[in-house]
Amino acid sequence: MSFFNDVINIVAKYYPQLLDGVGNTMLIALTSTAAGLVIGLLTGVIRTAPYSKNIVLRVLHKLLNAVIAVYVEIFRGTPMMVQAMVIYWGYAFATGGSTLPLIPSGIIIVSINTGAYMAEIVRGGIISIDRGQFEGAMSIGMTHWQTMIKVIIPQVVRNILPSVSNEFVINIKDTSVLNVIGVTELYYFAGIIKRQSFETFQTYLVVCVLYFILTFTVTRILRWAERRLDGSDSYTIFGSQSDSAAEIHIREA
Amino acid sequence: MSEKVIELVHLQKQFGENTVLRDINLSVSKGEVLSIIGASGSGKSTMLRCINLLETPTSGQILYHGKDISSGDIRLSQYRTKVGMVFQSFNLFNNMTALGNCVTGQVSVLKRSREEAEAVAMKYLEKVGMAPYINARPSQLSGGQKQRVAIARALAMEPEVLLFDEPTSALDPQMVGEVLDVMRSLAQEGLTMIVVTHEMAFARDVSTNVVFMSGGVICEEGSPKEIFENPKDPKTRDFLSRFLLGR
Repeated sequence: MSFFNDVINIVAKYYPQLLDGVGNTMLIALTSTAAGLVIGLLTGVIRTAPYSKNIVLRVLHKLLNAVIAVYVEIFRGTPMMVQAMVIYWGYAFATGGSTLPLIPSGIIIVSINTGAYMAEIVRGGIISIDRGQFEGAMSIGMTHWQTMIKVIIPQVVRNILPSVSNEFVINIKDTSVLNVIGVTELYYFAGIIKRQSFETFQTYLVVCVLYFILTFTVTRILRWAERRLDGSDSYTIFGSQSDSAAEIHIREA
Repeated sequence: MSEKVIELVHLQKQFGENTVLRDINLSVSKGEVLSIIGASGSGKSTMLRCINLLETPTSGQILYHGKDISSGDIRLSQYRTKVGMVFQSFNLFNNMTALGNCVTGQVSVLKRSREEAEAVAMKYLEKVGMAPYINARPSQLSGGQKQRVAIARALAMEPEVLLFDEPTSALDPQMVGEVLDVMRSLAQEGLTMIVVTHEMAFARDVSTNVVFMSGGVICEEGSPKEIFENPKDPKTRDFLSRFLLGR
């Protein structure tokens, strides 16, 4: 069983590098997904806001919407690997040779990329909220912004959580393309280990299992979070007379 | 029956080519309970939604204590705290508890402290008989309970006028009763109310004035006695006879 010995040896010998790679991959994926969600929420709120009566504000708003539309189309429409090269070397070109530090570069690239997808996810989330929620808020005098922050966004975040978790998993896997600019994530270390051990299959098998453990753990955690957010899934009418088990919860003073 | 709170002057509303309201003139005095009846599509709900500016009138004026609300003297959000609304589909905030629904507007619009807002909210939730359910989310409440929370949410803003847009049309008969009881007690306490309704018994017994609408115009206006016992307009007569026979 020399194959299994090879695998065990790779893990035993290179675990510092593997752990380093896992750490950087998760750091980039987690921060980028969070930053992408923030980008998505901001652009979503801007794009669904009603136009102001003030002509200057209205023109600015339309301009901003156009910029967002261009951003979304370009970053959804080109490969992230190419975006990484263009942004990283574009910065070097513009500054006459100085480069950004690698991990922050990776975070910026993945954030911008995932933000473009999140922009559409959030917009879909906002327009799927029942019009009545807006009207209910307006009828008690809440402004558009108050309505968004207190009523709409909390519901949107809950509704888009499955899509956000999808993006997170994609980001964990897609950080691997950052090896083209030399970011020391998991896939980058796999290349180093392969070149040192000459055991290509064994190395990538180990890395493959590591990626799966990461994504599987993350999806489980987010699913659990979704259930927590939903609270009790009981549809029993409070104080129902037909169901004696339906208890009435009275808030404690 | 003295001071006019809301006045509609030559109000007109068009959706594209379609004229929904033509030359509506109407006034509501303090303490009045005005019922608006009429067939579906006659413009009742549109008129009500115009009063709260959920729909923007195409032309005409809406006066609040004699001041045109589109003149800019009154801020829209402030006006809406004075003129509350209860919807057919409740429109409770799904992400909040019953209590939260009644608190959030007070805190963010009226700038009340959370403690004060909770106390006010509790007062009105008790009034509508929903005090035991303050921690329930809308999805855990029945239709009648939701509507009572929605009424408490509107009352918590302590408005001068409350608009009801077919508040019982989405409810089964048993729940209709519990909501109408709440509305009846509000009427007795002297709250100014404008109620779009298909509940003829409510319109007849509770309101001080009744308006019958048809085809986007007010056909007839008068006391419940006049409208229900001695309607002058043939359209009113036709509508009421069909309604009463249909029951």
